[in-house]
Amino acid sequence: MSLALLACLPFCGAVLAAAAGRFGRSAPAIAAGAVTALALGIVLVHAPCLLAGPPVAEGVDWLPQLGLNVRFRLDGLAFLFALLILGIGLLILLYARFYLEPQENPARFFCFLMLFQGAMLGIVLSDNLLFLLIFWEMTSLTSFLLIGWWSHLPEARRGARMALAITGGGGLALIAGMLLLGRIAGSYELSAILTKGEAIRASALYLPALLLILLGAFAKSAQFPFHFWLPQAMAAPTPVSAYLHSATMVKAGIYLLARLWPVLSGTEVWFCIVATTGLVTLLLGAKTALFRDDLKAVLASSTVSHLGLITFLLGLGTKAAALAAMVHILAHASFKAALFLLAGIVDHAAGTRDLRRLGGLRRLMPVSFALTLVAGLSMAGVPPLSGFLSKELMLEEAAHTLWAGTGGLVPVLAMVAAAASVAYSLRLIGATFLGTERADYPHPPHEAGPGLLAAPAVLVLLVIATGLMPMALLGPLAASATAAVTGEAGPVHLALWHGLEPPALWMSLAAFGGGLMVLGLYPTLRRWWDAFPKPDGPRLFEAALGALTGAARRVTRLTDSGSITQAMAIAVATILAAGLRAFSGGGFGPATRAMTPVEGAVLTGWGLLMAFTLGTVILHRNRLLAVLLVGGAGLMISAGFARLAAPDLALTQIAVEAVTVILLLLALTLLPQKTPRESLPLRRLRDGVLAGTAGIGAAALAYALLRREAAWEPISAFHLAQSTPGAGGTNAVNTIIVDFRGYDTFGEILVLGIAALILYALVEGILAAGILPKPLPGRRRAGDPHPEMLVVAMRVLLPLAMLVGIYIFLRGHNLPGGGFVAGLVFSIALTAQALAAGFDWMAGRRRVGDHALIGAGGLVALLCGAGAMFFGRPFLTSAHGHVTLWPLERFGLATAAIFDLGVFLCVLGAVMLALSSLTRLARVATGGRV
Amino acid sequence: MEALLAIAIGTLTAGGLYLMLRQRTFPVILGLSLLSHAVNLFLFASGRLAPGLPPILDGTAKDHTDPLPQALVLTAIVISFGMTAVILAMAIGGWLSSGDDRVDGDRADEDRVDGDRAAGDEG
Repeated sequence: MSLALLACLPFCGAVLAAAAGRFGRSAPAIAAGAVTALALGIVLVHAPCLLAGPPVAEGVDWLPQLGLNVRFRLDGLAFLFALLILGIGLLILLYARFYLEPQENPARFFCFLMLFQGAMLGIVLSDNLLFLLIFWEMTSLTSFLLIGWWSHLPEARRGARMALAITGGGGLALIAGMLLLGRIAGSYELSAILTKGEAIRASALYLPALLLILLGAFAKSAQFPFHFWLPQAMAAPTPVSAYLHSATMVKAGIYLLARLWPVLSGTEVWFCIVATTGLVTLLLGAKTALFRDDLKAVLASSTVSHLGLITFLLGLGTKAAALAAMVHILAHASFKAALFLLAGIVDHAAGTRDLRRLGGLRRLMPVSFALTLVAGLSMAGVPPLSGFLSKELMLEEAAHTLWAGTGGLVPVLAMVAAAASVAYSLRLIGATFLGTERADYPHPPHEAGPGLLAAPAVLVLLVIATGLMPMALLGPLAASATAAVTGEAGPVHLALWHGLEPPALWMSLAAFGGGLMVLGLYPTLRRWWDAFPKPDGPRLFEAALGALTGAARRVTRLTDSGSITQAMAIAVATILAAGLRAFSGGGFGPATRAMTPVEGAVLTGWGLLMAFTLGTVILHRNRLLAVLLVGGAGLMISAGFARLAAPDLALTQIAVEAVTVILLLLALTLLPQKTPRESLPLRRLRDGVLAGTAGIGAAALAYALLRREAAWEPISAFHLAQSTPGAGGTNAVNTIIVDFRGYDTFGEILVLGIAALILYALVEGILAAGILPKPLPGRRRAGDPHPEMLVVAMRVLLPLAMLVGIYIFLRGHNLPGGGFVAGLVFSIALTAQALAAGFDWMAGRRRVGDHALIGAGGLVALLCGAGAMFFGRPFLTSAHGHVTLWPLERFGLATAAIFDLGVFLCVLGAVMLALSSLTRLARVATGGRV
Repeated sequence: MEALLAIAIGTLTAGGLYLMLRQRTFPVILGLSLLSHAVNLFLFASGRLAPGLPPILDGTAKDHTDPLPQALVLTAIVISFGMTAVILAMAIGGWLSSGDDRVDGDRADEDRVDGDRAAGDEG
């Protein structure tokens, strides 16, 4: 299970980091770092067998019917990405520890970072496409949180929103594409899909699936035309930019392209779309990087360009190009993350990232200068650094690429991009560190401390080492990743010097020349460029978004006036129309059931129910009277249940009615006593017609239903037959609740508990807001709030009532009763005490709080259900048997009784919490007289 | 007895809906209570009527009424209590914080809040 553990680790780290916040500023970083280091260790343990052998895979079926399974898989490609995510992640955590300002909350920041890390790791470890999509969306969400970290800055909010809209929108397309792909392949498991390349490429659905998947991947990896969100996301803190926007998240799209390479690549469409998009993005990003003045914007644009380069290489569809892509992923992640971190240091030291206000920092910040120099030269592709290796490989591939039938275009364009890369890298170094020292830095610059410099230093060392010893350090990794991408293992040769024959060497030299020339002509070029009108991607995006939300708002206004009552009237009318259509369109069979005879008592009860209901409607303006009438209606319904062979319902209804009436009366101490007459007669007529028609419809439907047999055989024959042999009880209603449909009941008691907690929270909110009026005026009250007779009577009755409750609980499995009713009876008994003797008297004598009761109830039910799993049975399977316990008779016992105990506790806690919360509120509002 | 039950369901539905279309919160809550009674009775009715044949398998009766709708209605009754409690608290909160217990609140006011939020988003 080590892969599943690996996938869970970052999320554990997120929880730990959040919890460590109280132990000082370093604790969250240490917690996150320790977990990341552990995860990195687990990945490295897999290295020896991975670099030589087949992928490691494991997992369990989750929802096999949907094809959604928790399966993880670690192969060369996933290994490479996992190394990046965890290795660079560790360095970023170190840097971030020293980067955050004292007023910022480190627990929150590291928690977000770890959540992102977990999502990213989940993408590369998932073997199941649907599971991968879940993690994919999580990266979009966590990156939204991280980009918008400084949420007080409008550009941070805007950048976060743009990134979420674009990557999230792409994610939607990706979901559709993946579903199509899974449909073609007949499986959502990557390991199965990867073997079906031929069949998938031949399918008619190949093209739509490819287009949708590419849309998602391109949006994530900032490929043209979605490239503009990445520079906007630079409003994020620097560790976030370095981690998400250079090393990991933007490479998720690249990962997907590489992952699905064996299945999707190799067609003309793939080459045309992917290679062309990559090439356009490569050039566009390089051009933008050349003309930006914000240090981080230059880096972001160059990242766009380098991502384009990798996309281009993957688009070529050859094995050598795939190798170049893998090498460049590694090289780019190291030098670009270092450059971002250094940009953060410069920004921090000099107070600005504007290249026009920087310059001459080399003496003031010598270490930063040296590190930037090496990383920058690697970005420019200068030997013997790692950037040179991948650039050579790329140029070599480009030299052999035919595009639209011509051999010259792609090599030239690749050379132009390489030249631009040289130019902007050198400009970045020069404009920041070279030149004369200035007197007007916004902040006097100083060298950063070792804490901040350590992470970029490690990365720069890697840049040098991998450049000097490519075969030893990069060879096996790149080879296994390439083998995973292309599906065929083979020897890999990486070297700085390939002799004089390869065209790449000469193209490289030409690019250097070109780059230096661009740099020399920069002022002229810049003047020309600034005069040239350009489309503004972000502004276009904002305008489109604004138009879209405007349209949405207009449509909403059109259909929704803002009045709930109106909306409800429209809904009722619509349902009536639909019902009318069904009534008039469908055929009726003849009535097959005879009417049951009516006795006098039933008629009397029915008459009372009618009177109470109509009375409630007519007299509803007198609220106190209306509450009593509603309670009366409930009582009559309870009697009806008793007469109609539903003793359990009768018990429950009468108990619920009692607590509901108490609740409504409590609420009335806080609310107005009368409802004013407001509606115009016409409005009342409209409502009356609507309600009356609905009533006639409901009555007709109920009558038609009652006079006919069910169209299908009811499934409850099973419940009746199995109640005693299967669940060990003779009360079929109770066995259904605690056994056959126990899962439902489990959900329901939790809902009840949650409802009570919501009520508690609402009441706490009202109390905390201090919006209570001083003792409400104008209420006549009884002279003695706690009459002695009542107190004594209730106290004497309490044990008796509890005994009744216990009796009802115990007999529930066989006779009417059970946890629900017993919980209600107990709460009524306790509430009666509180009503008689007062709230304080009660509160002082209760050892267990209501929250604890709800929690204990849920827990007991859960443990009872989980207990079955220890015996290899599904959740909530019950066991039952007979025991003889002296001096009692032999009696039946079912584990379902434990579950029912959970129901009992939950119901008791929820009802008591609801009542006591409202009591508290009423007490404060009335000056302590409830 | 079938006709009586059907009429009771119809009356409870009509009364409940009429009250739910009122403008103040308290009648709406009362209406919801009546409507949940109607819905519970309707669910119960789907098991058809079999007076005198409770689903207790103690061997005294040969036939039993359908227990499944009863089990569903039982939990529904308890859940409707939870629902009533929560909306009561919401109604109280609304009344205490604004001094107004209208369901729709002051609509002119809502529009202004909405406009402010939209303006804040642009900025």
